[in-house]
Amino acid sequence: MPEEKKTVRKKIAAAADLNNFMRDYYLALDAAAQKGSPKIAWCTSVGPAEILRAFGFQVYFPETHSAMLGATRMATDFIPVANAMGYSPDICSYLTADIGAFLKGVTPLAKAFNIKSIPKPDVLVFNTNQCRDVQDWFNWYSAKFNAPVLGVHTYRGVSQVTDKHIYSIAKQLEALIPPLEKIAGKKFELNDLKRTVALSRECSELWKKILDTAAAKPAPITFFDGTTLMGPAVVGRGTQKAIDVYKILLTELEERIQKGEGAVENEKFRIYWDGMPVWGRLSAHAQLFSALNANVLASTYCNSWIFSALDPEDPFNSMARAYTELFIVRSDEAKEMYIKNMLAFFKVDGVIYHDAKTCPNNSNCRYGMPQRLEHQTGIPSLTLNGDLNDLRMISDEQTKTNVEAFIEQLQEHRH
Amino acid sequence: MRVQPVYVGVDVGASRTKVAVLDAVKTLIGYAVQKSGTDFSATADDCLKHALAMAGAVETDIVNAISTGYGRKNVTYARGTRTEIGCHAGGCYHYFPTAITIIDIGGQDNKVIKLDEAGRRTSFKMNRKCAAGTGAFLEEMSARLDIPLERMNDLASRSTDMVKLGSFCTVFSATEVLENIRHGKKIEDIVKGVFFSVIRRVLEMDAMSENVVMTGGVVAHNLHLVRMMEELIAKPIWVPEQPQLTGAIGAAIYAMDNRSEN
Repeated sequence: MPEEKKTVRKKIAAAADLNNFMRDYYLALDAAAQKGSPKIAWCTSVGPAEILRAFGFQVYFPETHSAMLGATRMATDFIPVANAMGYSPDICSYLTADIGAFLKGVTPLAKAFNIKSIPKPDVLVFNTNQCRDVQDWFNWYSAKFNAPVLGVHTYRGVSQVTDKHIYSIAKQLEALIPPLEKIAGKKFELNDLKRTVALSRECSELWKKILDTAAAKPAPITFFDGTTLMGPAVVGRGTQKAIDVYKILLTELEERIQKGEGAVENEKFRIYWDGMPVWGRLSAHAQLFSALNANVLASTYCNSWIFSALDPEDPFNSMARAYTELFIVRSDEAKEMYIKNMLAFFKVDGVIYHDAKTCPNNSNCRYGMPQRLEHQTGIPSLTLNGDLNDLRMISDEQTKTNVEAFIEQLQEHRH
Repeated sequence: MRVQPVYVGVDVGASRTKVAVLDAVKTLIGYAVQKSGTDFSATADDCLKHALAMAGAVETDIVNAISTGYGRKNVTYARGTRTEIGCHAGGCYHYFPTAITIIDIGGQDNKVIKLDEAGRRTSFKMNRKCAAGTGAFLEEMSARLDIPLERMNDLASRSTDMVKLGSFCTVFSATEVLENIRHGKKIEDIVKGVFFSVIRRVLEMDAMSENVVMTGGVVAHNLHLVRMMEELIAKPIWVPEQPQLTGAIGAAIYAMDNRSEN
């Protein structure tokens, strides 16, 4: 009988340091929640974390929490709870899983870090650059906890980022200051913001270098590694600890390159992933690709936490620029150019588009982009239907057949 | 001493298991088709027995065997696997060695596969996670209409006033069918509407460029569906002699070319 091929994927030693970072981060949040000090701000994943940290808030990111619900395969149990109270099964399954879990009094933090519940917010601050769903999500918790909610409303479909965009977003960021001063009970200090922006920029630069190591042949890292290693880039922006842990990781990856060690044994095919990860299938997908000697080595997703525009000398404008240059708010033309550059830089053989049922905002295959990019680059692509958190939207067998057939196709073109 | 070397392809589909036995010059000399059932290994074994008997061969004549389909990992005698996408492509190219667009309508999934002139895949698509437009859809409709599956082709060919079904979903289509029954529509017109629904689901998967080949169990048993598709896309459609066996034949060709790397 044909046997399922098992491969050994090379583990990243620094992952233990990153796990410790995440543990310490959540324990600090929990301690603050217990003591009532420092105050806690909730923030969207590309929200103005630098401002919140400048005020000394402990910052909590619900999207990361919901990704944990997905990765621990708990999400699918809680999505129907939110559906039953009026949230459509077609909207963001981060939102529905998170609210459903909250209503059931469940959090993956309990098993991971012995933390009983998510931290109560003193303020919630969103930026709609991820999607409009975050606004609804934060508004719901705002009502639940009777905590104020503040927001930045982004531009969408941006082709060229202009001064007008920057001015408008920077003004919205500045407008956050007075209410945050009241909530934090302290005066805003520009130097504090300059400091957190500088730390955020340094973290971002390191994260970029880490992801860029995948340009090496063989690549020392996979996208699936990246989705868990990106924790500090999301929740630790503006802190020294995130920088310290990424330095350790970068050193290890650079050593791997020196030794010619690939993350996937005998790397034959280099794959790019566009769209959300399937959190509940990270390990299964990593195994599926590595068994075919294919490394999914780069992604739009992991690279979305690189903010090269951040400039401590001009914090508000540079934050506005960094948050508006972001892939997810750009026009299709800008997105195409971005992906095209990524395919060339990472020397990619094939592209996977994840069409996530509940995440139209980050499913970039619905308006002909795969076909246009394939035409321009000659690099074949495959669209996988699935979801970030809702495993009911996934057919594992069909995914497997599609991926295997795609790699067969790439192989055929090498003959 | 081997009397006649043979190459075996096994396609364990969601609905049917197919085995093809080829001789050294890629001629189909034996085959078998059975319901896949719940024990894929046993069904594949039984199919092999019948196909070898038809070919006048014995197990020791088998040089290589490759399995494909959803149950490809359950075939005890297979020495490697290929996906059904690859095997349908290989099987069709064997019969039509030119640039082709293949439409395979199986029990639970549809595929549209494009090959270039050298037989290399340039793209493929499978239906999304939905049974609309597959063999399962026809099975559901035959149950709703209370007519045997094998009568559907004949009924559709006798239709004079096709009923149009608008729904994408199998369940909603079934509701529409019931509504048409209530309104006294003729069964043959409803069946033709069901066939048309299958075709529409396939046509929205990809553009029908190049020469079009249709395969799969649904095609094998419902050639009227092919005629309807020809009318709709206004070009002739090629159908191999054994459209249900194309995947198994493709697997056997892979076995012969020793191209499986699994």
